[in-house]
Amino acid sequence: MRTLIFLLLMACAAPALALDKDVVEKLAFGDGDERSAAVLALVKDGDEAAVPLLKALDGDSVQSVEKRVLIINGDEGIDAVTGEKVSPLPENRDDVVVNNRLRGEIENALAAFNLLSPDRGVRLGAAKSLATGADPGMLKLVQKALARETDPDIKPLLEVTAAGMEMRAGDKESRLAAIRRLGESASPHIRTLLAAAAEGDPDAEIRAEAQKSLRAVQGRLDWGERAGLLFAGVSLGSVLLLAALGLAITYGLMGVINMAHGELIMIGAYATYAVQKFFRLHLPEAFNWYLLAAIPVSFVVSALVGMLLERAVIRWLYGRPLETLLATWGISLTLIQAVRTIFGAQNVQVENPAFMSGGVQALSNVVLPWSRIYIIGFAALVLLSMYLLLTKTRLGLFVRGVTQNREMASCVGVPTARIDTLAFGLGTGIAGLAGCALSQLGNVGPDLGQGYIVDSFMVVVFGGVGQLAGTVYAALVLGLANKLLESFSGAVIAKIVVLVFIIFFIQRRPQGLFALRGRAVEA
Amino acid sequence: MSRLYGTRGWILLGAFAFILFVAFPVLSLKVSEQSALHLSQYWVTLVGKIMCYAIVAIAMDLIWGYCGILSLGHGLFFALGGYAMGMYLMRQIGREGQYQSDLPDFMVFLNWKEYPWHWWNTEHFWYCALLVVAVPALLALVFGFFAFRSRVKGVYFSIITQALTFAAMLAFFRNAMGFGGNNGFTDFKRILGLPITTPGTRMLLFAATGFVLIATLLLARWIVTSKFGRVLTAIRDAETRVAFCGYDTVSYKLAIFVLSAVICGVAGALYVPQVGIINPSEMSPANSIEIAIWVAVGGRGTLAGAILGAGIVNFGKSFFTQAFPEYWLYALGLLFILVTLFLPRGVMGLLQRSAR
Repeated sequence: MRTLIFLLLMACAAPALALDKDVVEKLAFGDGDERSAAVLALVKDGDEAAVPLLKALDGDSVQSVEKRVLIINGDEGIDAVTGEKVSPLPENRDDVVVNNRLRGEIENALAAFNLLSPDRGVRLGAAKSLATGADPGMLKLVQKALARETDPDIKPLLEVTAAGMEMRAGDKESRLAAIRRLGESASPHIRTLLAAAAEGDPDAEIRAEAQKSLRAVQGRLDWGERAGLLFAGVSLGSVLLLAALGLAITYGLMGVINMAHGELIMIGAYATYAVQKFFRLHLPEAFNWYLLAAIPVSFVVSALVGMLLERAVIRWLYGRPLETLLATWGISLTLIQAVRTIFGAQNVQVENPAFMSGGVQALSNVVLPWSRIYIIGFAALVLLSMYLLLTKTRLGLFVRGVTQNREMASCVGVPTARIDTLAFGLGTGIAGLAGCALSQLGNVGPDLGQGYIVDSFMVVVFGGVGQLAGTVYAALVLGLANKLLESFSGAVIAKIVVLVFIIFFIQRRPQGLFALRGRAVEA
Repeated sequence: MSRLYGTRGWILLGAFAFILFVAFPVLSLKVSEQSALHLSQYWVTLVGKIMCYAIVAIAMDLIWGYCGILSLGHGLFFALGGYAMGMYLMRQIGREGQYQSDLPDFMVFLNWKEYPWHWWNTEHFWYCALLVVAVPALLALVFGFFAFRSRVKGVYFSIITQALTFAAMLAFFRNAMGFGGNNGFTDFKRILGLPITTPGTRMLLFAATGFVLIATLLLARWIVTSKFGRVLTAIRDAETRVAFCGYDTVSYKLAIFVLSAVICGVAGALYVPQVGIINPSEMSPANSIEIAIWVAVGGRGTLAGAILGAGIVNFGKSFFTQAFPEYWLYALGLLFILVTLFLPRGVMGLLQRSAR
């Protein structure tokens, strides 16, 4: 892409190449400060004729013959001042060396020229990079770009950048006007600029005006931070919800304490990894869509493992919750070690498909990553399908029937043992889906599930066992509370506070655990 | 005496005491190193360590086997006792740390200038010994009071004690807590003025552990054969009925929970000088669940079974992790599954059946 732009620029600039001889010589032969000044001088007028020379300098393909500066391109050269072709090249050429400081300035200048590029993406990128690091010397170029710009995304960015430059240079009236305009922006960079002016400017009037604008910007940034916090909370809540939904079935509805729940999440994540690997090897052209295939695969793999466990172990322990706890803990240890044996003890790399990377710039200081947005949506989708499955299908009816009154359900012909297996498979399959989602957010390793087991149990218990709606509220409340506390006290303390809070909550409201009352409590 | 054990029981216990207090010291200190009968430091440390685990297993058996409460916070009480002892051992290092400072190395590293408030008085052994008992007791008292009063029982109790342990582990991982963060306490030099690595001191610690183990066993046996113990068993089997008979079940449960926590704390305090390190990973929820499996393997509700279970599992662990490190988790996992499915009364149940 960059080379294409470069060629385009070359094509339109080459015939009109004519630069100030003095400036070019300073750029090539001057001392450090002179060369910097020369770069700025080339940018200042916004003359695109300077682009090929700057590009060439950046790419170390400028040489000199006595006082002549040549842009070398293969075995011919172009005179940087006049634009004449020089061929063949003279013998006694010297390299024009560019040091790091100068290179930085040249690259900045080139970014400024990108503002004039015909490609929208390039302009947007340039406008963004200039928004945080523009030299007031580039004002003319920015204004020129602003006059040409029509794109609704880029124009406001440039306006803010231009105002930021005007604020620092020029006469008092235009500075004041610029400060007033900046009061409408909401970028952390402008806040720093305004804060500097509000503190240190010698002119009292400008200080007062800058303070006023600063407060406005600060207020807007605060809102951005709050919105970002809210999003992070909802996002964490959706992750917790995914992790806990499966448990809401196996534990909440069936009453099975499944300590291997976390490992079933982990298996879902590894299933996603395996699908990704398969696509990379055999279907590289469809790689971006591997995630769609991974969703059913992770569900089925985890559900099968779960159903196998139910048939082999858990079935024999119904009604003995403490024994179930120990046996499923043993299962979790075995599963962890099995995954270590198969995939190795190290974390594996699960690559996000293209549509999951990047994010939406919601506000100037808030970026919402696509992966998080998709996962919030995915959690909602899983929740909805689970709700429909439990309330609208025959299987759901049977599951609810067996939960409410096993003997009666059995009497009217519900195959309770099979329903147990299927319901357990459903719960563990949803754990697999959670694993598929989590693989897109962080590391996938054998210990992945261990981190979620305590959290998932807390969500289900907090929400009230046997209530799906409670699980949803609990996940969101815990997610938000965790992120909110995190912003005050750091991640670890936040987690501890939330855990301690739940411990106390359970003790204050133990009846919230069980919807059952009276004699049924003892049953 | 006869209430506690029959003749055969006392003979077995006497043999056990003979092995610990006579055979071990003689074989490791008096028999020359070339002799085939010599016991190396490795074995003294290993058996000492496992005896600490056995004490914890007895505490677990008291509350789970006899009262039906599966606490997953016992790893926490154990670690708290260990940390209390560790504080004293850190003070005993004096200026021999890497930085030759009055403060422990990790505090120098964090650029602290003085001991934080909770290290007050920890240079005295008696004060730390008090902490070993008081801290787990207080935590168990407060936590148990709220939990039992609001009738949190069964699996819910297990899960919230696990959450408590998890929260404590996260807290102890923080440097700001003043307990050495990730690394915890290590590099101990002395205990009660004695150099901690010499065979003589090690044997003293070993003997002290053995003494505490036997004393704990007898105490627990005395409790479960008393009226108090009978009420505990009744609570396990039909709590509501016991409550309707006029017993204050909350107090009974609270008393045994606190006692159990204290025993764990003492075991932790004996454990730390022998293994030479204490860090927050001792509090990981996995450790607490492992304690339960020791008891389950040995057989719930049989105190000797708890010792046996702790011994079998931990000797198995040290054997497996050396011979086939890959397979230890498989073995442990299968043990959990098989014992719960096929051996509900543990090894003791097997022994009793074959004796009959």
